[in-house]
Order: sequence, then C-alpha cells, then structure tokens
Amino acid sequence: MSIEIIAYILGGLTIGSALMVILSPHPVRSILYLVVTFFLISANYVLMNAQFLAIVNIIVYAGAIMVLFLFVLMMLNLSKENEPKGSIPMKAAAVIAGGSLLTVLVAALRKGTVQETTSIADDQGLVKSLGHELFTTYVIPFEVSSVLFIAAIVGAVLLAKREKQIIE
Amino acid sequence: MILASIFQTVSIQYYLVLATVLFIIGVIGVLTRKNAIILLMCIELMLNAVNLLLVAFSTYFGKSDGQLFVFFIMVVAASEATVGLSILVLIYRNARSVDIGLFNKLKG
Repeated sequence: MSIEIIAYILGGLTIGSALMVILSPHPVRSILYLVVTFFLISANYVLMNAQFLAIVNIIVYAGAIMVLFLFVLMMLNLSKENEPKGSIPMKAAAVIAGGSLLTVLVAALRKGTVQETTSIADDQGLVKSLGHELFTTYVIPFEVSSVLFIAAIVGAVLLAKREKQIIE
Repeated sequence: MILASIFQTVSIQYYLVLATVLFIIGVIGVLTRKNAIILLMCIELMLNAVNLLLVAFSTYFGKSDGQLFVFFIMVVAASEATVGLSILVLIYRNARSVDIGLFNKLKG
C-alpha cells in the first residue's frame, strides 16, 4: 500500500516540475526545474527496479546535457528582459492542440489491455545483466552509436568554429 | 524484496498516463515558447517521457530490452543536444538573439 502512495507522489512531483519548466519565464530557472525533473524521473526508475539506469540518467542527463545547456545559456548572456515573447492566441492554440492530443492518447490507452505477466527478475536492472545483453544481442547498435557520437563531435566543432578559421 | 513488486500494487496504466502527460507537456512547451534553448529542453523532456515508458514496460515484462533501448535514446539525445546547441550559438553570433522566429529567414 505504501509503495503505491510513493509512486503517486513521485508522479505528481514529476508532472509539477515538468510544468514549471515550460511555465517559468526565466530560462535559467527553466533549466534548473528540468534538472529537478530528471532527478524525479531517476527516482521513478529506482522504484521500477532499474537502478543502473537511474544512475546513468543522473550522470548523463542531469550531469552532462543540462550542464551543457546551462553553459550555453550563460555564455549567450540571456536575461528575462530580452526573452522573446509569444502572442496570446498562439499560446492558446498550442494549449488546445496539446490538450486534444492528450485527450486522444489517454482515451486510446485507457481502453487498451496489457497482457498480464508474473515474471519478476530481481537483477535485470543491474549492470551485470544489462552489460551482458548489451555486448551480445545489441553489440552492433552499440558500435554504430559510437559512430553517431563521432559525427556529433565533428559536427559541433565544425559549426562552432568561425568561418575564417575553417577556410584557413 | 519490496522494490520488485511495484507492478503488483501500481497498474501499468498509471505509468502510461504519466508518460503521456510528460510528453504532452513537452509538446506544449515546444509550441508555446519562443526561446530556442527552451525548445531543445522540451525535446529532451519528450525523450525522457518515452524513456520512462520503456523502463516501465521493461520492468513489467521482466525483459531488459527496453532498458537497453533507453541507452540508445540517451546517445541520440546527447548528440542532438550537442549539434543543436552549436547551431544555436552560430545563430546567436549572427543575429544576437535566440528567438525561434528568426528561423523563418531560412525560407530564402
């Protein structure tokens, strides 16, 4: 019974901080709320017995990607004053569109039945079983993802350099 | 072990709805905000909603394939953030703003 309450409280907190990401007018506060959201999603992972993924989520998302965002935002020196503003009808249209998408998805998913399972593996979220699966079944996607990383690094360096430096 | 038994008390539909709501928050953020950095953050939020659902079903069915897909989604998200932010820095250098409305200059 208590685990149910914990799950509901965590879900509510996750949705609340995700809402604050899109509602807060200050970009830096938005990023900090997104970090909070990622920590709460990690807590959800722990609750669902995916411990290794929870740690990786904190390290990669909250640690690396969000610091990159924060760094770029502070480098660009944006503040609340020169934050671009959207028009009110545009916002209303966006909320209506999102709300109808939510209605359709929830209505479709609520009726769907999921096959009952009884299989519970205690160690499937730990690094041993995940690593074994990653380096046997999924070894080719793993290697291809390293190519993707190289492409991203080269692309980022090429884009961030000034044009003169590239020509020289 | 208490943690192994979450889906005996909480239904999978709860996580379906939770992930859907998080995804929709990301969609609304992309549609309403004008700051391009916030837009990229909302895309990360949508990717995380999908990750949450993948982990939920992976635990529910007792198979680790879903959790491995989350790794690959993280790889794609990291590369997307890197390239997207460097494009943004480039645009800021030329236009002194990160307003998403500036991108309509790409129409030519």
